[in-house]
Amino acid sequence: MKLKNIRADFVVYARNFLRTRSSIFFALLFPVIFLLVFGAIFSGNQSKIPVYVQNLDNGSPLASSFMTAVNSSGVLSVVNVPQNVNIKDYISQNSISTALVIPQAFSEDIASHQKVNISFYYNPAQSTSQEAEQAIAFVVQDFNFRLDNATPLVLTSTNTVSSSGTQYIDYLVPGLIGLSILTSGVFSLTYLVNNYRKEKIFRQLSLTPLTRGEWLVSKFVWNLIIALISVFLMITVGDLVFGANVSFNLLILPIIFFGVFGFVSLGIIAGAISKSEETASVIGNIITFPMMFLSGTFFPVALMPVYLQEFARFLPLYYVIDGMNSVTLFSNMGSYVVDLAVTAAISIAFFMIALKVFSWRER
Amino acid sequence: MAIFVMQRRLHASDGKSVREKGRFIINAEGLVKHYGSIKAVDGISIKIRKGEVYSLLGPNGAGKTTTVEMLEGLRKPDHGRINVLGLDPFADADVLHRREGIIPQGFNFIEKITAKEAIGYYATLFGVKNRAKELLELTNLTDVADVNFMDLSGGQKQKVGLCLALSNDPEILFLDEPTVGLDPQARRNIQDVIRRLKSEKRTIILTTHYLEEAEELADRVAIINHGKIMAEGTPQEIIREYGDGMKLSVSAAPVLAKAFDGRKGMSARYDSGRVIVALESDAKISKAIRIIENSGQEWSNLKLNNETLEDVFLSLVGKKEKE
Ligand SMILES: Nc1ncnc2c1ncn2[C@@H]1O[C@H](COP(=O)(O)OP(=O)(O)OP(=O)(O)O)[C@@H](O)[C@H]1O
Ligand SMILES: [Mg+2]
Repeated sequence: MKLKNIRADFVVYARNFLRTRSSIFFALLFPVIFLLVFGAIFSGNQSKIPVYVQNLDNGSPLASSFMTAVNSSGVLSVVNVPQNVNIKDYISQNSISTALVIPQAFSEDIASHQKVNISFYYNPAQSTSQEAEQAIAFVVQDFNFRLDNATPLVLTSTNTVSSSGTQYIDYLVPGLIGLSILTSGVFSLTYLVNNYRKEKIFRQLSLTPLTRGEWLVSKFVWNLIIALISVFLMITVGDLVFGANVSFNLLILPIIFFGVFGFVSLGIIAGAISKSEETASVIGNIITFPMMFLSGTFFPVALMPVYLQEFARFLPLYYVIDGMNSVTLFSNMGSYVVDLAVTAAISIAFFMIALKVFSWRER
Repeated sequence: MAIFVMQRRLHASDGKSVREKGRFIINAEGLVKHYGSIKAVDGISIKIRKGEVYSLLGPNGAGKTTTVEMLEGLRKPDHGRINVLGLDPFADADVLHRREGIIPQGFNFIEKITAKEAIGYYATLFGVKNRAKELLELTNLTDVADVNFMDLSGGQKQKVGLCLALSNDPEILFLDEPTVGLDPQARRNIQDVIRRLKSEKRTIILTTHYLEEAEELADRVAIINHGKIMAEGTPQEIIREYGDGMKLSVSAAPVLAKAFDGRKGMSARYDSGRVIVALESDAKISKAIRIIENSGQEWSNLKLNNETLEDVFLSLVGKKEKE
């Protein structure tokens, strides 16, 4: 591989690309429009603030009536946390901004007129978390009043947490980043390979010292640049328009790198094995469609039925999006490393297959 | 007219070139190529000397492009052996393509890249000096140097192909219909370039449908039909061997041709306003003129000419068609 050849081919490809307005639109504006549309559709209806409640006094009527009181405040909706987990770990792993722990001795202590402390976790930097704090305070006050005691028995001890609650938009931004890496890589290369073959451009290139590997790398570098610009645009728009909490974490870069590498290679494979432009677009769609919807692009994989979650494990895009989520939402390095390793392995495999099946020569 | 100086790179083997002069640098034997059930090339053997202009002629679908593409290493023959500069064109394509310039049939390039950019791209890939200015002047493309390839006219595109083929200063040029679709002046322009390349001792394989072009430029021609070589040699050799001698023609009514019916050593036909009489030998000339005079028909504009390559081509290809 010669760097000067890659650079020369890169410049030619980039020029040709930039002189085609529609390709700029599809590569950069399309994903942002997607983000705006889906963000607008789904982020508006999140009216109740989720409060994660760990009830250690399970089975007691008093504790459950407290939970009912929280749930019927009109502002909060209770999400149950399993009893056997450490609440602090649970909060950081699941990116929770608002949580309550009902102590084991809740009903016992109230019955013996002792004060009980409910631990409240919240992120003062988040407005929804602040609203939740006020609502909880109100629920507690009301609950004490109903206990019909002169002195309040139930108190809250507040703890601050740094994790911010995940909203739909926080899943949507990495999901759509993954989607745009997938579609622009697969579709543009499938089309390109077919078009270059049909228009005899490959025949022309085969007459020069440019190698297929150099050509592939130059396509990959260009797609990577487009992907990075697109990622920057989407994170910025997600933040400015919807207040998404997806930060510019440098750890997502290796994931994007291998993601683009893999999907560009996949596009070349699809283009190489299809004989006409029509079959190329069919094959491109067959490859991208299941991934488009089942890899956590438009909604978190965890919301899908278990058998579909299992199926998602076979889709390369799943690891790209999960890898990004692991750093941007959950700070879960363990799962990030696994996702990155899987993404890298899949990409390298696709690249090898692409080099095998993709030829400039006619038979 | 642009001044064009091709820089010849000094090869280690240059000392040998004198001895090699006249040696065959392209040697193909028994080439056969099928496309599915179509036998496009059916046992063609070709030997081409260094510095020679060798022209392939033949009707559409004769197998010229397929033959040339096998010599270029773009296609692998089903049978037969090829040796170009001592190498196998298909297996050693990468090495040979550095020493060859190729305009494939139906040359095409990346849509939104200009001629100037394309030449620069090739120069970088081949690792040679960028001679865009010189090549664009040579092919009269300077005015459209910055126009995207897709917006060029057909002839201009073809000339970009020539610029790219020349960009690596090649020893061997494969030009598959380089003048197709060009206006007469542009065709002259390309023919001048080919003559110059020939004077620089480059070997040129030229496919064309313009027979006068081949007659004028080629040292040797091969007439191909149905994947076989029908005739090969210098244009003069071919005309002598396959032609039927002298032709006399006059502008006259078709009926004049009848006057030659049954005459020995003469045959006449009518073609677009002229009666053409093929003569067995020069001795028949005065006899033929007498027959025309005695026919009582109006006639004018008498011409006497030897057969051209085109005449031979048409009769050779036509003959095969009738069999
Ligand atoms: N890629 C291909 N696939 C199938 N058949 C082909 C292909 N290329 C050429 N042929 C067939 O092979 C035969 C020879 O074609 P070829 O292109 O070599 O002819 P040619 O002499 O160059 O003709 P032309 O003067 O029209 O360029 C034709 O019958 C053609 O239909
Ligand atoms: Mg041809």
